[in-house]
Amino acid sequence: MKQQSAPGGFRRLRGLVRKEFYQIVRDPSAIAIAFLMPVGLLILFGYGVSLDAKHVPIAIVVETPDAAAADLTRSFEMTDYFDPVRMPNMPAAADALTRHRVDAILHLQGNFASRLHEKEGAPIGVVINGVDANTARLISGYIEGIWLKWLGDRARSEGFELSMPVDLRHRIWFNAEVRSRNFLVPGLIAVIMTLIGALLTAMVMAREWERGTMEALLVTPVTMREIILGKLIPYFILGMGGMALSVAMALWVFDVPLRGSIWMLTATSALFLLAALGMGLLISIAAKNQFVAGQTAIVVTFLPAFLLSGFLFDIGSMPEAVQFITHIVAARYFVAILQTVFLAGDIPSVILPNAAALVLMAAIFLGLSRKKARKRLE
Amino acid sequence: MDGVDGPEAALSLENVSKTFPRGEGRVEVLKGISLEIRKGRVTGLIGPDGAGKTTLMRLAVCLLEPDDGTLTVMGMDAAREPLAIQSAVRYMPQQFGLYEDLSVQENLDLYADLQGVAPSDREERYAELTQMTRLGDFTDRLAGRLSGGMKQKLGLACTLVRPPELLILDEPTVGVDPVSRRELWSIVSRLVEEEGMSVLLSTAYLDEAEKCDEVILLHEGEILGQGPPGDFTKEQEGRAYWVKPPAEKKRDVQWRLSRRDGVVDAVIQGDGVRVVMGHDEEPDRDALLQDGEDFEFEPVDPRFEDSYVAILQSRRDEDAKDMAAEAAPQRSDASERTNVDKSGGESPGESPGGGPPIDVENVRRRFGDFYAVKDVSFSVDHGEVFGLLGANGAGKTTTFRMLCGLLPASGGKLRVAGLDLRRAAAKARARIGYMSQKFSLYGNLSVMENLKFFSSAYNLKGKQRRDRIDWALEGFDLKKRAEAESGQLPLGYKQRLALACALMHEPEILFLDEPTSGVDPMARREFWDVINALAGAGVTVLVTTHFMEEAEYCDRLAIMVAGEILALGAPAEIKARAGNSKDEPAASMEEAFIALIEDSSA
Repeated sequence: MKQQSAPGGFRRLRGLVRKEFYQIVRDPSAIAIAFLMPVGLLILFGYGVSLDAKHVPIAIVVETPDAAAADLTRSFEMTDYFDPVRMPNMPAAADALTRHRVDAILHLQGNFASRLHEKEGAPIGVVINGVDANTARLISGYIEGIWLKWLGDRARSEGFELSMPVDLRHRIWFNAEVRSRNFLVPGLIAVIMTLIGALLTAMVMAREWERGTMEALLVTPVTMREIILGKLIPYFILGMGGMALSVAMALWVFDVPLRGSIWMLTATSALFLLAALGMGLLISIAAKNQFVAGQTAIVVTFLPAFLLSGFLFDIGSMPEAVQFITHIVAARYFVAILQTVFLAGDIPSVILPNAAALVLMAAIFLGLSRKKARKRLE
Repeated sequence: MDGVDGPEAALSLENVSKTFPRGEGRVEVLKGISLEIRKGRVTGLIGPDGAGKTTLMRLAVCLLEPDDGTLTVMGMDAAREPLAIQSAVRYMPQQFGLYEDLSVQENLDLYADLQGVAPSDREERYAELTQMTRLGDFTDRLAGRLSGGMKQKLGLACTLVRPPELLILDEPTVGVDPVSRRELWSIVSRLVEEEGMSVLLSTAYLDEAEKCDEVILLHEGEILGQGPPGDFTKEQEGRAYWVKPPAEKKRDVQWRLSRRDGVVDAVIQGDGVRVVMGHDEEPDRDALLQDGEDFEFEPVDPRFEDSYVAILQSRRDEDAKDMAAEAAPQRSDASERTNVDKSGGESPGESPGGGPPIDVENVRRRFGDFYAVKDVSFSVDHGEVFGLLGANGAGKTTTFRMLCGLLPASGGKLRVAGLDLRRAAAKARARIGYMSQKFSLYGNLSVMENLKFFSSAYNLKGKQRRDRIDWALEGFDLKKRAEAESGQLPLGYKQRLALACALMHEPEILFLDEPTSGVDPMARREFWDVINALAGAGVTVLVTTHFMEEAEYCDRLAIMVAGEILALGAPAEIKARAGNSKDEPAASMEEAFIALIEDSSA
């Protein structure tokens, strides 16, 4: 049967692919999903969501103003991380903290200058608003960093021994500026590609059912394999276009470095897109109207990709049961690959196992779709 | 192709049954049917909605698998060779299967690719098809922008890019205007005559049955009869009569006649009433017309619908003794009760502003730069049944929505119940009842819950509310099904419930938007009985329909084409106007309709 359908089969497939492209061009919804959505999401997340703390408002309370206190205050004013406000006393500062006008208080006690050189350590107090634990941790780290640097500088210039053995040398690898955007954007691309891949195929298949054109297609001599390929080819191309756009935005709008090769990026994206399109096809076999298909695609692909892929929340710190579940989220492997290719380079020991997982998932989803899709109405 | 070496049957079914899951159980859509469809003929599959027509066709093109039994299509076993069958058979589903965002030419190209038409053969085939369907001037137009009739012809052209041995069409003429229907039939008969094609088509229009070589009558998954349409009508030979009352309203006469013993069917036709007598009844003019010595009474040729109704009627009598209350007696119940209730209520004759209940003057409605309704004027009197006729897209529904105050007019004057709809739309709405095409019921509420909801929506309280609900349950014979989920009701019952809900607040004006589409002829007859009774009680009824014979039930009607009224008047006047040059009136409303449209476009 396969041999017999070969020449006619090619013509049928070409007809289906051409039809799909006409529809893509004339119905703006597919173009919107493939191109406008990545741009919108990248702008929203690239600019809107940042895990860095910058220009954090803090209150500085200096009980006895002197040269040392002024010098320390100045070094807080010099950085981008903080926007310090001077407060006359602790109650005023505490009030500002409860009113959310500042996120932290730096308290330089009365005998600050004299106790600087004592063995018990520094007479400064720090109060941080801990409601957002993540930001609180960041603020605490920044304050400590500035404090230690100031101490070190002062020790060197005045030639005294530091009471504590501080010799801190930070070397941050792969993301030297510690920009969370560099880490978020590649992960975000993976999430976007999940949505594009699954949503596109699920919706366009459902549209054929809804408009009754699927019934007409099924009664032609076309085979199910041709119908599936006729959907995969156009939306694969469209999805790769969306991917290219996302990468271009990452590189030139968000200044994310690309340390790996473009070939590795293309090859792994193609693998992931196949898995995502396969998920969409599988959804479309169960959901035969566009609303259900769209909702299902969002719930079973986008949400897990968002929460369980390690793009925003570290998989290693999840409970073990949840960690186990992340293994069936295709985006997880792609997030790992993209973060590596963008920030570290083509590192086979990371990319190969993840790529193998993607191959497996694509094979499972596409294979299942092929097996479940029958030329029948029920 | 002429069946020399193949078997005689284009399609044969042996003991085929098919069930679908519904709710907790399964419904049996086809109940072990066997049939044979011969090659080189047009076979019509006739039956109301839910009879199993579409299921049968989908089985034949291997879109469904039977639960039991075997299907042989063009000599091939449907279970074993679905792909081979699909390349020999072409099927047009109800929605035509067109891609609306592809142009006419692109649709043709796609189906030519899918059907494996060699590029060298295409030009010739396209020329034939576009000439046959007269779509030649529109090849660049998007399919979504075509009219209903053109879409249907394009759907047919796409199905025919490679001439099939067997052509299967599922309700190809539904929602299509009479002109396009006639064109489709001429294409089909040419295919059969010139190309020797076998055609199986389903239809809900009984007049189309007579155009088939052979007819299969399908009802609730069973075959009630198969044979040439002439065989069916022959059985009714000498049983059909035409009665013309001299002065009396034909609706009253029809109502009385339908209640006589031995009368199988009585419907309004032209200026009179068509009566079909039962088989064991000797037609006796005196017994039939006890009170009308001066009535004209003449035998007429039977038609397919007579036998269809007779067959269904006899089935009801046979297997529904316990449900006897549902058929004939129900008719009188519903009508009489409505009569009583209406006369006891407020007299509908008094509109606050005086004048006719519905008054439409130069009304226009624009959507963008397109006029859906342009300069329409008419008025409807008390107790009159006024019909709006037209194909899909003629502007009927738009006119309707404006009259119900659901859509503002772009210009002109609209008065309903003496109230200007621009100023007092809400007040006017309290005096009208509206039943939409889709029977706006809550499918997952029970019959009782729907009635309660609608009565509270119309602000009925206490005793009045209880009385109206009782009236609806009894008058429409819904008592036994009060607790049934309304979405699961048979179509005829859904329609009754929808009508009951629209009548909850005893409106003086009733709007019915295609109330009978998709309902079987029996339910349609019962429905019209209720409408006639309401009109008799002084309720003004405005109804749209695409069943041309239903137009005869109206006192007056307007034929709409492309947003304009083409003709307005009593059915007889319209038929007279559309008559031929020898001053003979058109024989039927459908002919009148076609003649009027052709005149206007010429």
